[in-house]
Amino acid sequence: MTALSALIRRDIRIALRVGGGALIGVLFFLTVTVLMPFAVGPDLALLTRLGPAILWLGALLASLLTLDRLFMADHEDGSLDLIVMSRTPLELACAAKALAHWLAAGLPLIVATPVLGLLLNLDGTATLAVALTLLAGTPALTFTGMIGAALAVTLHRGGLLLAVLVLPLSIPVLIFGVAASQAAIMGPLSFGTPFSILCALSLVSFVVGPFAAAASLRHGLD
Amino acid sequence: MSLIDLANPTKFLALTARVLPWLAGATAILLLIGLYQSAMAPDDYQQGATVKIMFIHVPNAWLSMFVWGIMSIASLGTLVWRHPLADVAAKAAAPIGAAFTFLALVTGSLWGRPMWGTYWEWDARLTSVLILFLMYLGLIALWRAVEDPSRAARAAAVLTLVGAINIPIIKFSVDWWNTLHQPASVIRMGGPTLDNAFLIPLLVMAIAFSLLFITLHLAAMRNEILRRRVRSLQMMQANQKAA
Repeated sequence: MTALSALIRRDIRIALRVGGGALIGVLFFLTVTVLMPFAVGPDLALLTRLGPAILWLGALLASLLTLDRLFMADHEDGSLDLIVMSRTPLELACAAKALAHWLAAGLPLIVATPVLGLLLNLDGTATLAVALTLLAGTPALTFTGMIGAALAVTLHRGGLLLAVLVLPLSIPVLIFGVAASQAAIMGPLSFGTPFSILCALSLVSFVVGPFAAAASLRHGLD
Repeated sequence: MSLIDLANPTKFLALTARVLPWLAGATAILLLIGLYQSAMAPDDYQQGATVKIMFIHVPNAWLSMFVWGIMSIASLGTLVWRHPLADVAAKAAAPIGAAFTFLALVTGSLWGRPMWGTYWEWDARLTSVLILFLMYLGLIALWRAVEDPSRAARAAAVLTLVGAINIPIIKFSVDWWNTLHQPASVIRMGGPTLDNAFLIPLLVMAIAFSLLFITLHLAAMRNEILRRRVRSLQMMQANQKAA
């Protein structure tokens, strides 16, 4: 347990320091959201309607942007080999790393959501709904994205390949995240159904993600 | 002859060399019968002659998912048993599966033009097949991004299995999303009750397309084995020159 908490603390500390790049994601999120009105026009009613979709898409892309650093930095300085060889099960270590990554890069996105909601003319309930669905859904994005990050580090290819592999897997999260936010804002469906499916997707990704990432690290690094 | 005997590529090549002509012949005959029966099938009272697109479309759609299943079994073979031909099978199947998926999409949209009045409808089935196509392309991109075949094989195997878990989830979410957004204007096929006049040609075509897949797959596996031999011979030659 101490090994895992040490790993989490180390990862968060590295991510928040100079060169860590955790807050780049928030900046990207802000930029994407600001770009949107230039594409669709400054029509506040339209932006209100598209708001949840814009915020979800921005958060999805922002979490994808920081993902390839998840294992790459550790691979470059050799600490990934130590993690693979240590007595802590690799699956747990992967889960700890993903949790740390979500705390450093995913949580700031949710904190930034209310401010961005103001820009998109979302009212209080709508902003709260989007923030809540992001809170339930972004862990799934991180944990499934981790599989892509593990593949990318074993293949020495990041960037575009990672995006191509991970984006189709994140479609269910996007569907239920946006559906739950829309349901909270204008109905007629209940907020509960898509929201519980969103939580279920996150729980499934907690199981599948670490195992798949650990398998690809174990088979891929040599 | 067991599966382990086939692990020897030379034995595999010898066996497939004997089997392939028969398979190809059977495929050609069944395809001809199926096409003839499809052409002779009566027009649908609602859809007219366009219903015949179904005889091409449905087998392609079935195979698009079936091939991913084959690739998942092959990926288990790569990761669990380290079967030397498993990754050859997975790699050879991916482009064929992508081609079937692409054909399912094209025939689906050609069928959609007279039925729905548009080439592309964000219909749940079309959409999830499109996502399947994207995943095939991602897998092929992964194979092509790495020079070392065994390293690429293990990465692709992990991705294939993750995809196998995710495809039903994606299918379910797209269905859910579709019922939320789509007005119920789509004219559906006659439902599960399909008349025998349509069912028999459809089944013949399905078997013919499955045989076509097996033939193409075995031929592609042979090509992949030979390609790897050429590659290792070239590397040996380069080593000798360097020494």
